[in-house]
Amino acid sequence: MHAHGEIGRIQASYMAEVRRKRLYGGLTLLLFTVLMVAGFVIVDERSAGGFWDGLHRLDDYMSEVVAEAWQRRAELPGLIAKYFPALVETVNIAAVSTLLGVLGGLVLSLLSTRRLARWPRLIPLFRRLSDIMRALPEIVIALMLIFVMGGGPVPAVIAIAIHTAGALGKLFSEVAENADLKPVEGLASTGANWSQQMILGVLSQVAPNYISYGLLRFEINVRASAILGFVGAGGIGYELRNAMSWGPGRFAEAAAIFVLLFGTIVFFDQLSSRMRNRLTEGEGQ
Amino acid sequence: MLKIDGLSKRFGDKIAVDRVTVAVDKPAMIGIIGRSGAGKSTLLRMINRLTDATEGAIIFEGEDITALRGAARRAWQSRCAMIFQQFNLVPRMDVVSNVLHGTLNRRSTLATMFNLYPQEDIHRAIEILDRLGIAEQAAKRTEALSGGQQQRVAIARALMQNPRLILADEPIASLDPMNAQIVMDSLRRIHEEDGLLVICNLHTLDTARRYCDRVIGMRDGRVVFDGAPEMLTTATAREIYGAGEDFSEAATSTEIETLDGAEEIRLAEACV
Repeated sequence: MHAHGEIGRIQASYMAEVRRKRLYGGLTLLLFTVLMVAGFVIVDERSAGGFWDGLHRLDDYMSEVVAEAWQRRAELPGLIAKYFPALVETVNIAAVSTLLGVLGGLVLSLLSTRRLARWPRLIPLFRRLSDIMRALPEIVIALMLIFVMGGGPVPAVIAIAIHTAGALGKLFSEVAENADLKPVEGLASTGANWSQQMILGVLSQVAPNYISYGLLRFEINVRASAILGFVGAGGIGYELRNAMSWGPGRFAEAAAIFVLLFGTIVFFDQLSSRMRNRLTEGEGQ
Repeated sequence: MLKIDGLSKRFGDKIAVDRVTVAVDKPAMIGIIGRSGAGKSTLLRMINRLTDATEGAIIFEGEDITALRGAARRAWQSRCAMIFQQFNLVPRMDVVSNVLHGTLNRRSTLATMFNLYPQEDIHRAIEILDRLGIAEQAAKRTEALSGGQQQRVAIARALMQNPRLILADEPIASLDPMNAQIVMDSLRRIHEEDGLLVICNLHTLDTARRYCDRVIGMRDGRVVFDGAPEMLTTATAREIYGAGEDFSEAATSTEIETLDGAEEIRLAEACV
């Protein structure tokens, strides 16, 4: 096809590019390794106990919990029944906060999606707002609210809902960006207002994806609300902290709570993956 | 060199390929024709071992291909290159990287992950691209290329595999007539210059007539015709396509020449 010189030129220029890419790749890998090692060393130095000294004790603690739980295994069913109401409270917190978060995320996402937004100029504002809501960890908001309002499930619900709205706002908006705009245009041509266009034209397209993300968020929120119990928001997390920090003699309680938590998460995981499958399968019908 | 013996493939209670028996004794360019759903693709996919056969055997130079597992199966796949209708390239990688994918069977995962292909492979990839007339596109992203150029990249990847045979599954069905001709000419040239066995699924009769030494007609999973293209009569063609009296070759044609004028049709019918 070409004279030999021409081919040689293409080969040489491609090889130069390959060498440059390899150099960048190598530098990235080096940087990554250095950061990993340096980060680990810093964390290890600044921790109270030190990672390597504490490592074997992890093993001791686990075996103590398991041993005691095994010894008192006859009490486990009773303990599980005892802590079940606390679990219901935790799941309740998660459900209410997921619902609120989904609604918040819905509004935020539609307001911050290009081509859909009600006020296109305010898109950056709503995007930053959802960034901030996402960036604040639940536990920080919860601690603040508990300090102001006192303990209980309400601060936990608000804290989780804020984080959920921020996280879902981002995910929802990515889905909405890929929505087909033709139905929206059709609705606009009939004189429909913005909310009508969004609800009828966009939500009907993205609903399966939104519900799927919402269910995923619910699973995450069950774990989050259990953790918030540690800082005084009630529910099963509060009982777990008591059981764990009071040490030997209450390890059977801790084991019962672990079993409950694990069972709940598996249960909701299965339930939501079933529902998600049904949603995606039903799409074609 | 290639012997297919009573090969069948069932999907549930539907039979896609039904006891196909074909023997090939020397490198040739073979066209498989038939309407969509006749089992052409499934047959090629079974030869490449992308799909497992339900029963029957594929023997290549004395070796039973259908029995290969794991690394042996992948080694066979590297000797038996495949070209697809939709090109099946990695769209976001550059053209040379896609061609170098032809060497994956010989390289470790780690080496390919960090793009550590030997210089001689890279040079050879560009030489193959040059042979197919697209060396200038070497550094471009594959998705930026036209359909015809992408199919030539796919052929270059196949050649990079140093294959013993090339399977082409409807290589020109997504291309315009002009590019279809370039791609078919390339496949024919590869067969003639490298002495490779080329098996090509085609859905049009005239392409098969023009480029192939031997035509296999399939209908409902069974081989209904196997012979030289000259032996293919209009009646046989009607049987292969399940068409009525109104069937003519021009109706299934994608060739520029046949579309342009009646000359080619008359010539083809003279052969019939």
